[in-house]
Amino acid sequence: MPTFEYAPAPESRAVLDLASSYGLFINGEFTPSTGGASFKTVSPATEEVLAEVSEASEADVEAAVAAARTAYTRVWSRMSGADRGKYLFRIARILQERAREFAVLESLDNGKPIRESRDVDIPLAAAHFFYHAGWADKLDWAGLGADPQPYGVVGQVIPWNFPLLMLSWKIAPALATGNTVVLKPAETTPLTALLFAEVCQQADLPPGVVNIITGAGATGQALVGHGDVDKVAFTGSTAVGKAIARTIAGTRKKATLELGGKAANIVFDDAPLDQAVEGIVNGIFFNQGHVCCAGSRLLVQESVAEEVQERLKARLSTLRVGDPLDKNTDVGAINSRAQLDKITELAAVGEAEGAQRWSPECELPSKGFWFAPTVFTGVSQTHRIAQEEIFGPVLSVLTFRTPGEAVAKANNTPYGLSAGIWTDKGSRILWMADQLKAGVVWANTFNKFDPTSPFGGYKESGYGREGGRHGLQGYVRTGA
Amino acid sequence: MTTTPDTVAVTAADQEARARDVLGVSRLTDTALTSWLHGLPGVDQVGCEARAAALGTRSIKTTSKAWAIDLAISMIDLTTLEGADTPGKVRGLCTKALSPLPSDPSTPRPAAVCVYGDMVATARATLGASDVKVAAVATAFPSGRASLPVKLADTRYAVEAGADEIDMVIDRGAFLSGDHVTVFEQIVAVKEACGDARLKVILETGELVTYDNVRRASWLAMLAGADFIKTSTGKVAPAATLPVTVVMLEAVRDWLALTGRMVGVKPAGGIRTSKDAIKFLVAVNEVAGEAWLSDEWFRFGASSLLNDLLLQRQRMSTGAYSGADYIPDDSPSLY
Repeated sequence: MPTFEYAPAPESRAVLDLASSYGLFINGEFTPSTGGASFKTVSPATEEVLAEVSEASEADVEAAVAAARTAYTRVWSRMSGADRGKYLFRIARILQERAREFAVLESLDNGKPIRESRDVDIPLAAAHFFYHAGWADKLDWAGLGADPQPYGVVGQVIPWNFPLLMLSWKIAPALATGNTVVLKPAETTPLTALLFAEVCQQADLPPGVVNIITGAGATGQALVGHGDVDKVAFTGSTAVGKAIARTIAGTRKKATLELGGKAANIVFDDAPLDQAVEGIVNGIFFNQGHVCCAGSRLLVQESVAEEVQERLKARLSTLRVGDPLDKNTDVGAINSRAQLDKITELAAVGEAEGAQRWSPECELPSKGFWFAPTVFTGVSQTHRIAQEEIFGPVLSVLTFRTPGEAVAKANNTPYGLSAGIWTDKGSRILWMADQLKAGVVWANTFNKFDPTSPFGGYKESGYGREGGRHGLQGYVRTGA
Repeated sequence: MTTTPDTVAVTAADQEARARDVLGVSRLTDTALTSWLHGLPGVDQVGCEARAAALGTRSIKTTSKAWAIDLAISMIDLTTLEGADTPGKVRGLCTKALSPLPSDPSTPRPAAVCVYGDMVATARATLGASDVKVAAVATAFPSGRASLPVKLADTRYAVEAGADEIDMVIDRGAFLSGDHVTVFEQIVAVKEACGDARLKVILETGELVTYDNVRRASWLAMLAGADFIKTSTGKVAPAATLPVTVVMLEAVRDWLALTGRMVGVKPAGGIRTSKDAIKFLVAVNEVAGEAWLSDEWFRFGASSLLNDLLLQRQRMSTGAYSGADYIPDDSPSLY
């Protein structure tokens, strides 16, 4: 019997106009870095060099913050909310018009499947601008207190897992509330941010309102530590989040930090099992598990544990790993060599600890950074793979006996970003959601995002919220 | 894994004994059946529809597309179920089944011709000893609202006239009122009346409405001995949808794991284009598995689908899209 082969259906790169090198986006213009330093960004799927990107020095950070300050004082803070909204609407529409270009570039630079960048990342990024555009002239009615005022200049540092989406989560609310922005994208995924800089130009956004500086850790430190930055917004690892908190401690700077996670995806014996299996797959293999709210700990009721594991393994055997630009790809490449090394190391730890490792048969490309979807069964709370954030396509399966035990195990982690509950009992969903120390609790679904829904964590997963009315709160000061 | 259909005649007593074994009970009461059916995992509507939509986005290689089109043609139950059916129309349809595209003898034949019971003899006479099967709808199709003796007489009449396959409808009224025993007993009785003919059980999913009902009806039909579970009569909208078919494919997959017996799936009604048909085949491949990619275990109940598949097939071999008038059509609309 012949097998049913799907096409390699690669999305065309022709839609892209990729430059060989990029400057920094300061005061509305692309400018070379003062130090002249640069670094290369590669496609994680092939290790092909995509472009050379400038590394911002302290002087560049200084220039970017100064440009943001000037734009804030002279233009942006004086503009009416309705006018700010017009710019945001314009940006949102341009993002939609150029969606394909952004999707292809995001998949190239990040390694995520085009299916996800096309259907999730880019549409959601545009949705965030649309949503916040609507708030720009209605802040008095957002329930934030009387006469909400912007902070001024916001320094934003974002991670490599959702480059454009995290940019929009940061920039859209900051601009809607009247702040100006200096944003540093991750060093491995700077390209869609630089393409977004072109969108700012296309939208005729006043110079200096959005500044984008590329670079690595030192650039981020310089931005966070800059004396004229009024607020810091960061998404990334808990370690860096703690360093930022230490840096700004004792200053007037405000901060929102959205950090790591080790979410529990809890499956009860009365759950819709086929959909739960889909949710488990989506929870941990979406974006190769490079998701801070990934459902990396599967807590399954002992009475159905074996059945769920069998169904899960059968389902994983149909996952397609490979070329991110192929429309049939379900799981793409690991974002960087460093991340691949970290995942490989932690998976080895899992085996050494005695958990059972399993991966479906799949052929990985010879070039690039790849890691097969992996499931560990027989995991206990004391195992490192149940405690540490792996940030890769690795699922740890644990079991529980009662709802109370599920809650206790789910909360027994330094993190608290998200959780999932799978059950047919509505009352149990509400009871669990009340008990779980997690910023987001999904019921009978996982990894669903919406601009109207606040997102953020408990404990070491950070503080502050992004999205919804709660997200606006982090960008304004109020008298009341 | 079973790969050939079990066409041995089954008595009602045997079938009931099998069912009691699966349930582990000494008597098949309505309580036992209902608690068994309600013990099945539920179906989450949003998640199920999302999965079906994702399956619909697979992109198929050209060579595989050619293979899939031929496979889909071979899986069709070419159907005419009109009140206005005449021997002339049925003969035309059967001739078409024997030679779907006379200009290209490499074209595969559909699996069966599906007609009302009173047209079985005409169909049988035209199809002769060919490998194209005769399927007949029976049991007071499409409503199923008749007494059991009438339904059984309807079935026996079709089998005696030469039907290889019987498409029966379940009693949706009994099912929706929670009378699972009645539905079960009627299927068992019809299965016995089928003799060597294969039994396809139509759930009429458009009237069952919820996916939980679809899953329960699928399991009930398989428990009662269905050789195939089929979505719809084609007379009720919505007919065969992809999510409903996904739920039924999950059911036959799980039934094989539980009992070691393979049951086929037949979506019927509303599948008109090659593109749609290929989406269903992708679902068969990824949900139930490759073993179901055969006309023994998967069928399309359709009338106009064949012509679109032939058009696409012609386009793939000639590179040009010839248009509907280059495909002989024996069942044009009355209007």
